[in-house]
Amino acid sequence: MNKTVIFKIDGVEVRGKTGQTIMDAADEAHIYIPRLCDVEGLEPQGSCRVCIVKVNGRPAAACTQPAADGIEVENGTLEILNCRRDIIRMLFHEGNHLCPICEASGRCELQAMGYRLGILQPAKYPYLQPVRPIDASHPDILLDTNRCIRCGRCIRASKYIDGKNVFGYVGRGIHKRVGVNGKDFAHTDVHPDDKAIALETCPVGCIIRKGLGFFTPVGQREYDRAPIGSDIENPELRREK
Amino acid sequence: MKRDLESVVSQACRKFDNDGVRIIDILREVQNRLGCINGETMELLAEKLSSSRIEIEGLVSFYSFFSEDPKGKVIIRLCDDIIDRFAGIDQVAKVFSEELGIGIGETSSDRSFSLEYTPCIGMSDQAPAALINGVVVTKLTPGSAGTIARSLKRNPDPSRLVKKKGDGNNAGRLINAMVKNNIRKKGEVLLSDRIPAGAGLESALKKTPDQVIREVIDSGLRGCGGAGFPTGRKWDLARRTTAARRFVICNADEGEPGTFKDRVLLTERADLIFEGMTIAAYAIKSKSGILYLRAEYEYLRPFLENVLKKRRKAGLLGKRILGKRGFDFDIRIQSGAGAYICGEESALISSCEGLRGEPKTRPPFPVEKGLLGHPTIVNNVETFCCAARIIDRGAQWFAAIGTDESNGTKLLSVSGDCKRPGLYEVPFGIKAAKLLDMAGAEDPAIVQIGGAGGEMIGRNSFDRKICFEDLSTGGSVMIFSSHRNVLKIVDYFLEFFIHESCGYCTPCSVGNVFLRERIQKIMDGYAEEADIDYLKDLSKTIMMTSRCGLGNTSPKPVLSSIDQFPVVYASLTRESKQGLQAGFDIQKALAESRRIAKRTSMIYDPVYGSENE
Repeated sequence: MNKTVIFKIDGVEVRGKTGQTIMDAADEAHIYIPRLCDVEGLEPQGSCRVCIVKVNGRPAAACTQPAADGIEVENGTLEILNCRRDIIRMLFHEGNHLCPICEASGRCELQAMGYRLGILQPAKYPYLQPVRPIDASHPDILLDTNRCIRCGRCIRASKYIDGKNVFGYVGRGIHKRVGVNGKDFAHTDVHPDDKAIALETCPVGCIIRKGLGFFTPVGQREYDRAPIGSDIENPELRREK
Repeated sequence: MKRDLESVVSQACRKFDNDGVRIIDILREVQNRLGCINGETMELLAEKLSSSRIEIEGLVSFYSFFSEDPKGKVIIRLCDDIIDRFAGIDQVAKVFSEELGIGIGETSSDRSFSLEYTPCIGMSDQAPAALINGVVVTKLTPGSAGTIARSLKRNPDPSRLVKKKGDGNNAGRLINAMVKNNIRKKGEVLLSDRIPAGAGLESALKKTPDQVIREVIDSGLRGCGGAGFPTGRKWDLARRTTAARRFVICNADEGEPGTFKDRVLLTERADLIFEGMTIAAYAIKSKSGILYLRAEYEYLRPFLENVLKKRRKAGLLGKRILGKRGFDFDIRIQSGAGAYICGEESALISSCEGLRGEPKTRPPFPVEKGLLGHPTIVNNVETFCCAARIIDRGAQWFAAIGTDESNGTKLLSVSGDCKRPGLYEVPFGIKAAKLLDMAGAEDPAIVQIGGAGGEMIGRNSFDRKICFEDLSTGGSVMIFSSHRNVLKIVDYFLEFFIHESCGYCTPCSVGNVFLRERIQKIMDGYAEEADIDYLKDLSKTIMMTSRCGLGNTSPKPVLSSIDQFPVVYASLTRESKQGLQAGFDIQKALAESRRIAKRTSMIYDPVYGSENE
């Protein structure tokens, strides 16, 4: 089944294998397609829509769309860039993302994506300023869903890596949010070593370790060194990491 | 109390063989018996079904008919469609509220009543309407609302409210509803009085499955739910798969605002629907089918179950259908639980699997990997009826009706400002103006074709045709006369989409909220020209990046109203004064700071000082 497929991303020839998504093949070819909900090691779900591309002129999510022979993928056009900027802005405006006071600042993928896509001050849309209760019941972990972007990485990590169901989606529409398997977080079977609450699982500052605040000095934080996606574009960086 | 809870939960689970796939049915049972599904109940259910509390909470918080908070024994759901709004549902709501002493969204302290608004219940031709538990009450007035409320206070059995029954099967013992069919125009395909019973199925079994599919392809039949995918091709794709099991699903989750055609077909053409499903099963080699019935149409369920029973008895369902060796097929009814998105075929499949009704990632498409991973065809109620008729009368007969790209007749649900709201079966290609004439619309100014995600047209466009190549519709035609406010209609549709978005993807769940905010700014008179460009720009992002048809179409009322009613928008936008944003309302902006600071503004308020002084 591992037949080679050859297609183009912005006119550049890319070789992938059948069964791969456009995103997988692009990553191997060192072409970065921005993404938030998709992360290595978890099944893609295509929900954040940041990885939107055009395949033969039709919009598709690169993280779920299969690579196929002869397709023409648009990734770096202004039209696509503007769509991605709008989606990043929507996420900023929908929650409360106060970078200067957020513990995840500097390693936050949402913030880094804002910089990478050239959004310096998200002011296009109205701020919804949600007031969702913070769950500080657990001795080691704090959950602040006001900063959640509903990427579901914690949900999938818990389910498919930890073999548990610590997190899950509740509600729908604009009220959809990540809930926990119990009346609060302290009443779940979460373990400090769970992948679901690992630092790299949450792309923003929603899952926070207590007693471990602002541990990397400004200037040395992950995205202080290089923009998000650099490790894919430049494999040298990946080895350093 | 705990023991009671346990017995209700285990009984409900046992009724559906402790099968996690049937959890929607189980939750419906528990909700009906306990009035709520709280954390404790969720934990019990999780234990019984080897699920988890969070997964059950995910379902309970997704479907509108479930609730964590206790509901009253009698739940009054007032239809909050735009048609019902213009027909005076707010006055009706006010009376209910006063009589029962509770506000909208509240439950009385003795838990006897809950009062709430619900999106379109499929009764736009007899608005304003409401659902009282399962019972439909139509053509409400403030007067009749008072009578109903007082009667329910004396005797909480809502079935007693059905005094004057509707026509046709509505009057029968099993439906027993005051709902009227309002069939205004009968066409030769679906509403004709001369449809021979069972002719389609008999004819199908004389053909090979390939010939049946060929016939449907040649007829040019396209999905009647709105998307218009060629039906024969869908069947063909499912048939060509290698699979041990295949499923036939009938989409009776008719939730599109202003549509009620499926309600009438379910009432008057139930046999034809099941016949169409059976033909499809024969064509694609399926042994089991599901009719997914929206929760609002639960009042039709006993009747439909009985039709199925009779068909089994007559050898039209079950083993060896009509004596044909190896052709076994049966149908079960799956009830929905209040979610418009489940009308989207892959979301409907998710719901049938006992999951949150969220669309699935495509590819793979349902015809390859559908229900529980098996190839599945999902077709609309009307589509199955058409298919049965095509197999009886032949592809040529069907293809001769309609236009080049839209063959056959279309059922149009007409509602709003007209003398004759109801169901019209007309050939595809009918001009909007002709339909408006037939419906007795005296002063039509705004017509919404295709439901919430459809197109809004004004007088200049009334000569356009209703068909896939021009004004495409799943069947909803809403008429508004010249005294109606265009923006109020647009605002309603956005409110509807915000309520019904599943929330899976960012642009749909968030973007529609921003669209509505700006439409309201225009309504409030604070908009400037740039706001129109903002709406167009945001609409484009939502339509292009959303994951399913809901977000791909939700901005259409915004875009088509800007296109068709530019004068309305122009009159409500103003030019900004030098350097100032016209849209900036200083008083509104200050309100929040006043609240937090607990004092007024030194510059902008006539009296400066704290509230307590």
